[in-house]
Amino acid sequence: MNARAEILDRIRSALRDAPAVPEVPRDYRRSAEHGQEELIELLTDRLLDYKANVFVEDAAAVPQRLAALLEGTVRYAVPHGLDQALFAAADVHDGGPARRVTDAPGHRLGVGELDAVDAVVTGSAVAVAETGTIILDAGPDQGRRVISLVPDRHICLVRAGDITAILPEALRRLDGTRPQTWISGPSATSDIELERVEGVHGPRTLDVVIVRE
Amino acid sequence: MSGTFLGMPSLPVFGIGNLHEHEPFPKAARRELGNTQLRANLGHATRTIRDKRLAVVSELPDWEELRDAGRAIKESVMARLPELLEQFEANFTARGGTIHWARDAGEANAIVADLIREQGADEVVKVKSMATQEIGLNEYLEEQGIAAFETDLAELIVQLDHDKPSHILVPAIHKNRSQVRDIFLREMEGVDPELTNEPARLAAAARAHLRRKFLSAKVAVSGANFALADSGTLAVVESEGNGRMCLTLPETLITVMGVEKLLPAWEDLEVFMQLLPRSSTGERMNPYTSLWTGVTPDDGPQNVHLVLLDNGRSAALADEMGRSALHCIRCSACMNVCPVYERTGGHAYGSTYPGPIGAILSPLLTGITAEENNSLPYASSLCGACYDACPVKINIPDILVHLRGEDVDSKRGKKKLPSQMDLGMKAASWALSSGKHLGLVEKALPLGRLAAGPDKKITKLPGIAAGWTQSRDIPAPPAQSFRQWWDKEHQAPAAPADATGPEAPGAGAPGTIETSNGSTGPKENP
Repeated sequence: MNARAEILDRIRSALRDAPAVPEVPRDYRRSAEHGQEELIELLTDRLLDYKANVFVEDAAAVPQRLAALLEGTVRYAVPHGLDQALFAAADVHDGGPARRVTDAPGHRLGVGELDAVDAVVTGSAVAVAETGTIILDAGPDQGRRVISLVPDRHICLVRAGDITAILPEALRRLDGTRPQTWISGPSATSDIELERVEGVHGPRTLDVVIVRE
Repeated sequence: MSGTFLGMPSLPVFGIGNLHEHEPFPKAARRELGNTQLRANLGHATRTIRDKRLAVVSELPDWEELRDAGRAIKESVMARLPELLEQFEANFTARGGTIHWARDAGEANAIVADLIREQGADEVVKVKSMATQEIGLNEYLEEQGIAAFETDLAELIVQLDHDKPSHILVPAIHKNRSQVRDIFLREMEGVDPELTNEPARLAAAARAHLRRKFLSAKVAVSGANFALADSGTLAVVESEGNGRMCLTLPETLITVMGVEKLLPAWEDLEVFMQLLPRSSTGERMNPYTSLWTGVTPDDGPQNVHLVLLDNGRSAALADEMGRSALHCIRCSACMNVCPVYERTGGHAYGSTYPGPIGAILSPLLTGITAEENNSLPYASSLCGACYDACPVKINIPDILVHLRGEDVDSKRGKKKLPSQMDLGMKAASWALSSGKHLGLVEKALPLGRLAAGPDKKITKLPGIAAGWTQSRDIPAPPAQSFRQWWDKEHQAPAAPADATGPEAPGAGAPGTIETSNGSTGPKENP
């Protein structure tokens, strides 16, 4: 008998008492009522707790904010689907060669290139205020999973309308078969005497720009 | 293969690998208890994490509802396991992944090694994984000439020190910062000799050490926290980003996962991703979670494998009382509240799975009759703190008692003569069956006083009772029993005529007993 058949056989044999399949009680919170300002405030509080940097901006002010955040970076990466107009202000002081490198289908940034950039700017799919979680699902404005991982600094745009109060609401907006990265704060470890240290292998700095629409 | 089981019921097939005690728990525990550094580290660590966990758990108004949902989902997974495994396999395969089935540790190790060799690789990066620790994958790969680099900071510390993990979440919990610095200075190539013991500096050293490995690795090996049957999705929960590195950078990804880790549907993830981080690290959410479904063209590994591991899980499932141990989501909340674990540390349990959950899971996977593991169900004070802390409400104390019973039965089966324990229990059953019997036994009290001698302590009991006096004395019994005292006080002819009934002095005000009835009475309507 092959391993598959034998394991399934063993499991069926183990279940010969035919245990009942219980009804799953779903009386935990599955939605919550929060106004948008309240959600922004809660998400901000949680992100600050993780030692992320948070900026809340009106849509029109985002290019200026990005320009300020990117000041001093020699080179930064963006996914091809992110609105290029967002970088109008950031690229203005740019005298020399293009500071912005774009990861696009057919024009992939290598790991070495990603390791050499100072920052990456991405969008996001949905955020969870209560847990301070930002979820990326590799949409065109977020790019491949690797681009938000290798650079040392991740600047992430979160549309206010994409913030949900609690996790079940966020999961209902997502397609489980897309590759996902859930980010709650910058990389961190508590492996030495349970003391939290921000920044190990993932980006050591996380800047979140929450965009009011 | 048909969905209905038609074959002969087979005997359970137990697991092998790093699941055994290396010596009986009492012996290992006595040695570990003498390690004051270990106890100080553990005391600090478990206290910190208990406080953090309590704080974030009490934030959630629906924590108990989430636990109930979690338990019910896991129960239904176990009841429907064959069907869910087949559904998961179909979905994962349809999206470009490859599934392998492994009956035991040896088979799983061989599959992984073959997959690595197929890629022409002789080294792999690894995300921390309990399943690969259980099957001893690193040791096996080393024998095969393949180097496996652990990339989680704590696993790296343990690996560099040629030590073993002692906690399932923070494997190097038994080491303090100065010990970690010494290990790095001794074992890490090119480390700054001025390295201090600040955790931030140590983490930075680990980052530098592993960076090149990540960026050049061709093959990665991981475990999985969850697998969703309805979509064929796998999930890995982590903090440092080493998981994301391994899961997205290499061309080939090999995941090893126990068959019990399934969840039926996408929506079930919302329950477990609320229960797990709060229970394990005491955070509202862990920094990083990665989800992948087979192969995503142009994003991440293009050669994706999953090894589904039995290694005793079907045997544990066959134990109707014990099968809920398979509900475990490896959060480690039980070990952080366990008074026994806090003092002995994880190494005393021998197995990959220490603490309260290990005390039931290891013997269930290997069989309690395996002599190596039959002391583990006794590694508990049965205080019940683990049951309270468990996010999926595994009744660990009940299963411990059940396994103790199995152990006694299996030992009895091997002997023809009744044991001292059997005789003792028989005698106790006779003595406690009636007041008269007990009265007779109490007449022997003066003998106990005699045995205690002038210092009024019994320091050595004979036979199996000797274990009790190994670390404590028994005070001399009183000169008379309560019943003897009662008879003298109340039935002696000289009893005062105005006695107000059968109230012995010191029985306490009757009112204190009656008020407590309120809590058991019918609930008032709000």
